Amino acid sequence: MTIMTEPPKEAFRLSMLINDTRYRSLTFQAIAAIALALIIFYLANNVATNLAKLGLNIDFSFLGAQAGYDINQTLIPYSSQSTNLSAAFVGILNTLLVAFLACITATIFGVLAGVLRLSNNWLVRKLMSFYVEIFRNIPVLIWILMIYGVMTISLSGPKAYLGAEPSKELFLGLFAFTNRGIYVPAPIWGPGSMVVVVTFILSVIAVIAYRRYATNLLYRTGKLLPTGLPTIAILLIPTIFMFFVMGQPIGLDLPDPLANRFNLRGGLQIGAPLIAIWFALSIYTGAFIAENVRAGIQAVSKGQTEAAAALGLRSARIMSLVVLPQALRVIIPPLISQYLNITKNSSLAILVGYADVTATLGGITLNQTGRAIECILLLMLFYLIISLTISSVINVYNNSIKLKER
Amino acid sequence: MKKSVIFSALTIAGLSASAAAAGTLDDVKARGKLNCGVTTGLVGFAAPNADGRWEGFDVAVCRAVAVATLGDENAVEFVPTTGKTRFTALASGEIDMLARNTTWTLSRDADLKFTFVGVNYYDGQGFMAPKDLGVASAKDLDGATVCIQTGTTTELNLADFFRSNNISYEPVPIETNAEAQQQYLAGACDVFTTDASGLAATRATFENPADHVLLPEIVSKEPLGPLVRHGDSEWGDIVRWSLNAMITAEELGITSANAAEMSAGTNNPEINRLLGSEGTLGEMLGLSADWAKNIIMTQGNYGEVFENNIGENTAIGLSRGLNSQWTDGGLIYSPPFR
Repeated sequence: MTIMTEPPKEAFRLSMLINDTRYRSLTFQAIAAIALALIIFYLANNVATNLAKLGLNIDFSFLGAQAGYDINQTLIPYSSQSTNLSAAFVGILNTLLVAFLACITATIFGVLAGVLRLSNNWLVRKLMSFYVEIFRNIPVLIWILMIYGVMTISLSGPKAYLGAEPSKELFLGLFAFTNRGIYVPAPIWGPGSMVVVVTFILSVIAVIAYRRYATNLLYRTGKLLPTGLPTIAILLIPTIFMFFVMGQPIGLDLPDPLANRFNLRGGLQIGAPLIAIWFALSIYTGAFIAENVRAGIQAVSKGQTEAAAALGLRSARIMSLVVLPQALRVIIPPLISQYLNITKNSSLAILVGYADVTATLGGITLNQTGRAIECILLLMLFYLIISLTISSVINVYNNSIKLKER
Repeated sequence: MKKSVIFSALTIAGLSASAAAAGTLDDVKARGKLNCGVTTGLVGFAAPNADGRWEGFDVAVCRAVAVATLGDENAVEFVPTTGKTRFTALASGEIDMLARNTTWTLSRDADLKFTFVGVNYYDGQGFMAPKDLGVASAKDLDGATVCIQTGTTTELNLADFFRSNNISYEPVPIETNAEAQQQYLAGACDVFTTDASGLAATRATFENPADHVLLPEIVSKEPLGPLVRHGDSEWGDIVRWSLNAMITAEELGITSANAAEMSAGTNNPEINRLLGSEGTLGEMLGLSADWAKNIIMTQGNYGEVFENNIGENTAIGLSRGLNSQWTDGGLIYSPPFR
């Protein structure tokens, strides 16, 4: 006969919050949370009271008022009579443009430098370590100023290209390199140009379909179809054919040296500030990405390389087919923070006169309206949203390539 | 993460906690120093000389207020501000007054809650271009690239000028005067625009000032003057009358050389009231009786300050023009000391 002894059911006493290990940690966390909330409330209240004392109020109506100033690079229609809100949007688009461009080029620089740092060639290896160490150990602000300074001093002014008898001819008759930016031809979309564009898009789809078919055929039958030449043929021949059938609807708008006495007109101008900030951010962040890539590659066990070599793969294919896909799992998470760095560092653009959102909303608008707190709050909100978006998008990609554990 | 939140919040609160203290004069006296906002460096108006001592037309206003309140022209902490930071610095209480060629406008007065105490320089926005560009008028600038110092009224005037003349331009916004200069000299922009006095001061520092011309158009009214925060009228009065004392001194012929002699008493009652030998004007402002005499003895009258810093005999070489005394056909005019 056994006597069932139930564990004594103690009544909950207040002292248990401190003495009982089950509750103690909760108690302290609650205290810390309350204290934190009180501090934040006190600070926010202090700010509000002081603002009220100064007779300042938080008011966002200035966003609807006329901005009154001009911006040199606008991706959407904008004039000095537009509102402060559209000036902010112009700035946001400029920020996104430079961040997007810099993320792509920084990744290319980084992957190249990271792979080459592990090269067997002594000179290449040392050159790449030189690049990494020089660029990541000098602040990006100095690189931006330096690259812009070198650009404005070393390139000639647009005057060299201007007039009936310029001292410099357009490069290939198409391009001009000045210290105010690079001028390239812009396409003019005539009537019927849509047909050409649609043909090109269809060709791209056809190329993808053809390559899929070739791969499938290789796996099923072992028969190897040529892919190089047919790809080029499918891509170009129909488009060129349509271009001439439609009567050459797409023309080129060339930089014109005669239209204006100060600057080249026509074509597409890629401003010197954009180039300086884009290049500086890419080359600076590229150095960090190179280190991430090198770490990722070295994290892949050497046995993988040796096994692939034993199968008879050439070293370039070992890198692209075996090592890099596995290394990506290590590379992607730190890569996210590098992309975030690029986006945030783009706020230094005002240094070289690039009209990003910090320069428009957080610069000129802030100044002209005097609404400092509102503008800074909006800026914080914008950078927060952008950073969280970038990070979540890349996290989705990271989830798709990470090791699937079952 | 939690820590960083606390710290950033503390910073914000700390910034605002110092604001909104009434009785600026008491604060200045307790501190023993006047915090005066000036430019980051514009020769003639406010810039440190070779010995690191701040000098200039705007600096003299700061020193005059320091002399009036503290009796020492060196009891000034000069806080360099950019076009962007100046208003925040003043509104937050980091500086007691701002003397930084700031244009008096309605929105700055009413919306930003500042009090402009007067005008110490009547200016207007102009353009500077290299001589070999061959531009005779600002109306010929269609398509030009223009360097502007950001955070000034010049951006708005520029947009208005080009719009009303129906010509186009490309703005290059630059943060400080020094950087704008560098871009202009490197040819990254065709013309440089700011207040005409600022252009003259900038040109004076060039290697070959004669290679650059100021275009004839003056596209705006820019009354520049010192300003204080709303909410402390007594402090505003002190700054206003310190400036007026210098202006009146010129009108009455009091100079740094003869102020001491005249303060013994003259047969002109207004001179006596200004220099403190008659009446209680200093007391009304909460200052000593000889406050104006001290200002004039250390800084000189308005005309002397002008000639020493930006006048025709200096490198900047500005003529008095609009900034002559009203008795000479200019706009410089002080209400009476009575």
